[in-house]
Amino acid sequence: MPRVPVSRRFFLKSAGVAAASFGVVPPFLLRTAYAQNPAASKNRPILIAIFQRGAADGISMVVPFGDPHYASLRPQIALPSPLRGGGETTLDLDGYFGLHPALSSLKPIYDAGHLAMVQAVGSPDNTRSHFDAQDYMESGAPGNKSVSDGWLNRYMQTDPRPKGSAPFRAIAMSTNMPRSLLGPAPALAMTKIQDFDVRGNQGRAPGNSNSEIYSAFESMWHNETFDAMKMLKDANPTRFQPENGAIYPSQPFSQSLLQIAQIIKADVGLEVAFADLSGWDTHANQGSVAGQLSNRLREFGDGIAALYRDLGDRMRNVVIVTMTEFGRSIKQNGSGGTDHGHASALFMAGGPVKGGKVYGKWPGLGPNQLFEGRDLALTTDFRDVFAEILTKHMQTADVAKVFPGYTPRQSLGIL
Amino acid sequence: MRSTLFFFILLALPVASASSAPRTLTEQDKATHVLNRLAFGPRPGDVARVQSMGIRQYIEQQLHPEQINDSAVDNRLSQLPSIRMKTNELMARYPEPQQVAQRAGIQKPKADDKNPQANRSQLQSYMMQNGLERPQQLLQELQSQKIIRAVYSERQLQEVMTDFWFNHFNVYWNKGQDKWFTTDYEMNAIRPNAMGKFKDLLMATAKSPAMLFYLDNHLSTVPNLALPLQAAARARLANPGAPLPPNIAAEEANQAKNRKRDGINENYGRELMELHTLGVDGGYTQKDVQEVARALTGWTIDRPRQDAHFVFRLMMHDRGEKVVLGNKIRAGGGIEDGEKVIDILAHHPSTARFISTKLVRYFVSDNPPDSLVDKVAATFMKTDGDIREMLRTIFYSDEFMSPDAYGQKTKSAFEYVVSSIRAMNGETNGSPRMAQLLTKMGQPLYQFVAPTGFPDRADYWLTDGTLVERINFAVNLTANKLPDTRIQLNDFPDSKTAALYLGSPEFQKR
Repeated sequence: MPRVPVSRRFFLKSAGVAAASFGVVPPFLLRTAYAQNPAASKNRPILIAIFQRGAADGISMVVPFGDPHYASLRPQIALPSPLRGGGETTLDLDGYFGLHPALSSLKPIYDAGHLAMVQAVGSPDNTRSHFDAQDYMESGAPGNKSVSDGWLNRYMQTDPRPKGSAPFRAIAMSTNMPRSLLGPAPALAMTKIQDFDVRGNQGRAPGNSNSEIYSAFESMWHNETFDAMKMLKDANPTRFQPENGAIYPSQPFSQSLLQIAQIIKADVGLEVAFADLSGWDTHANQGSVAGQLSNRLREFGDGIAALYRDLGDRMRNVVIVTMTEFGRSIKQNGSGGTDHGHASALFMAGGPVKGGKVYGKWPGLGPNQLFEGRDLALTTDFRDVFAEILTKHMQTADVAKVFPGYTPRQSLGIL
Repeated sequence: MRSTLFFFILLALPVASASSAPRTLTEQDKATHVLNRLAFGPRPGDVARVQSMGIRQYIEQQLHPEQINDSAVDNRLSQLPSIRMKTNELMARYPEPQQVAQRAGIQKPKADDKNPQANRSQLQSYMMQNGLERPQQLLQELQSQKIIRAVYSERQLQEVMTDFWFNHFNVYWNKGQDKWFTTDYEMNAIRPNAMGKFKDLLMATAKSPAMLFYLDNHLSTVPNLALPLQAAARARLANPGAPLPPNIAAEEANQAKNRKRDGINENYGRELMELHTLGVDGGYTQKDVQEVARALTGWTIDRPRQDAHFVFRLMMHDRGEKVVLGNKIRAGGGIEDGEKVIDILAHHPSTARFISTKLVRYFVSDNPPDSLVDKVAATFMKTDGDIREMLRTIFYSDEFMSPDAYGQKTKSAFEYVVSSIRAMNGETNGSPRMAQLLTKMGQPLYQFVAPTGFPDRADYWLTDGTLVERINFAVNLTANKLPDTRIQLNDFPDSKTAALYLGSPEFQKR
């Protein structure tokens, strides 16, 4: 049975009022409530990492409408300033940056103080190859191809547990094990929770005609895998329906997030979850308030917002972080799109996040401020953000092991 | 009852069983062992066949694949046209759909398009009419040929070695142009050299478009090389010696800054030493990495979007003096600088040791015995890196044919799937479904991103997630539930017994 926290009743009483005014669960209430709840402190922190594969356009997600150069560099694809009024515009965040209107479902989380952005963040390696840049971000070692395991796997190596004690510590919702989780620490990759089971026929669960073969294998192996399978079956994550009125979009990305929420609710010891979403390589017809990129962002934002709402009070020890391999060229190209660039933007959400703020030094879009005369300059190394998550949220002592040869330069104070 | 039945099966079938490891190996054990290590596991009747022909005879035969008739497998491969095509043909026949759309003037669907499907189907029918297929088809055919060869080729050791060397010199199919280069890489760089001299294999990979692209050496140039503007190059060609038209000269000067190639790219130089030859502790420095990269500047790809073959460009080459692992390479050289480096590395004692260790790990044990590594490294040094001779040293060693080695290696996912089909006398066309299942078992064929290749370690291959996939594969294969693959139960009373056999701990080993 999932544990019911002491303060849940308090939360439920307050939630009705707050949800009505904020549109989402008001996490500050939770923070207050759980700060007084000793039971909460032993809850393990959870990290959900989301990769936007294909290089998402950072300045279309977190729009620098206050930068004097922004609009003129992108005649067709710039997002309208909120100051302009009328029609669909950028959603003002702080008078300088705004959120793409397709990300509107994230705005209430920002307003509630539990969504933050980092602008001009990325990898210091200046490769513009998707492959290399993703590889570097996931290995956590830009420029060093010899690192064969991923940063999230190395995080788990810093806190080793006996084999089999936590089969669901790390789960990637994908067919392939993502590079971030590759390595000696055990992790699971699956596209559907139901896949982690011995099936007599494709798609049919044991318990009926196949229980005989299941128990035959079980007595043959006597190992943790079968304990894990049983554990997952007993926990039965798929019985958890979305709560708090959360509605997940039907696309695979959001369905992955839904399953991550189910696994969290099933309380099987999840610490690290990974999901990804591709389709950000907008070389042509990127669009502005509507269009290709807008559609992608809506799927992205609605999915994360649904996860956040669904997890409700559980978000108190969850941090969601997004990443993308690099940003896009600042000037629009001849096909109404953008080419491979340098720095981009990322999002962090969750109870521990000091949100309602855009972090990172803004380098500016002026001709002399751009990297190599064309791209957003980098002011925050992605490893500074990841390291802050690992030290403050995941409570890792040994960050140097996770990011070989790198000493974090700054803590942004997001957590 | 169940376990009685299970032990009965174990007794009756050739399984390399760790738990029942014999103290001495019988002739039947030895035949099983060579079939598990030199081949992808025994088919029904193979153990008896090897016993009757003699184990030594079998090993010698496998060491000479060129003398083995393999026409049966050639017939099976005839359904996969792309594996016989040259790279230029692959690029012409399997283009990126967006490029086809652009050339044919088919518009991309707009965001407000009422019917985005229409463009897609327009593109689809255009491609079909023109006999064009997507690049993904190339990957599927590569994967199918690998499965078909491993299951059916009589040249089993050659396939084992092709798998081994591809993984040693790994490239990633999905990286850009490697979609069109990987076919040629396996067919012409790896397989023909899999049992020859190590140096030839190393040189073939060094000059392959697949490797040049994967590890970026094709971009590596002398520092501050200003690339000429195309218009300027044309003007110079048309009027040699004449000054450039002012507008072109201005544009060239203006762009010179941005068009500059930023000097050497160390990726290949580093991996060449760390992963391909010396090994990480092989005694080289960061300075050596830079010097090797400098020596290899100008090793690049000619016409990468047409026929794509190796070319040496003197213009890109750093002609200064280099010192590699203490060997001086004089200034003023060209392609021979890189060839000298390959030569030095291919004959280095650290390379002999590193390659021998990897071979012994693969063929004998996850913990390679030093005694055998020493012998194999000595063979390497004595025979100018003759792979066949190194294999011979391994196969005839006491360490190889020993109870300690028998049934001790965990099968990779590929070895597991292939040996299962062989054990069940299966009929398969290497359908894409098989590659998908391999991905779920942790082995996406031709799609391991890192240059290290898949780890050759038991703990990588058997995890909670992959074990479940292996068991499900056993259940579905034996119930004939997999598409395009049919097995025969032969001596098994029913499909469940067969599934228990393939899904047993013992069958995960070789």
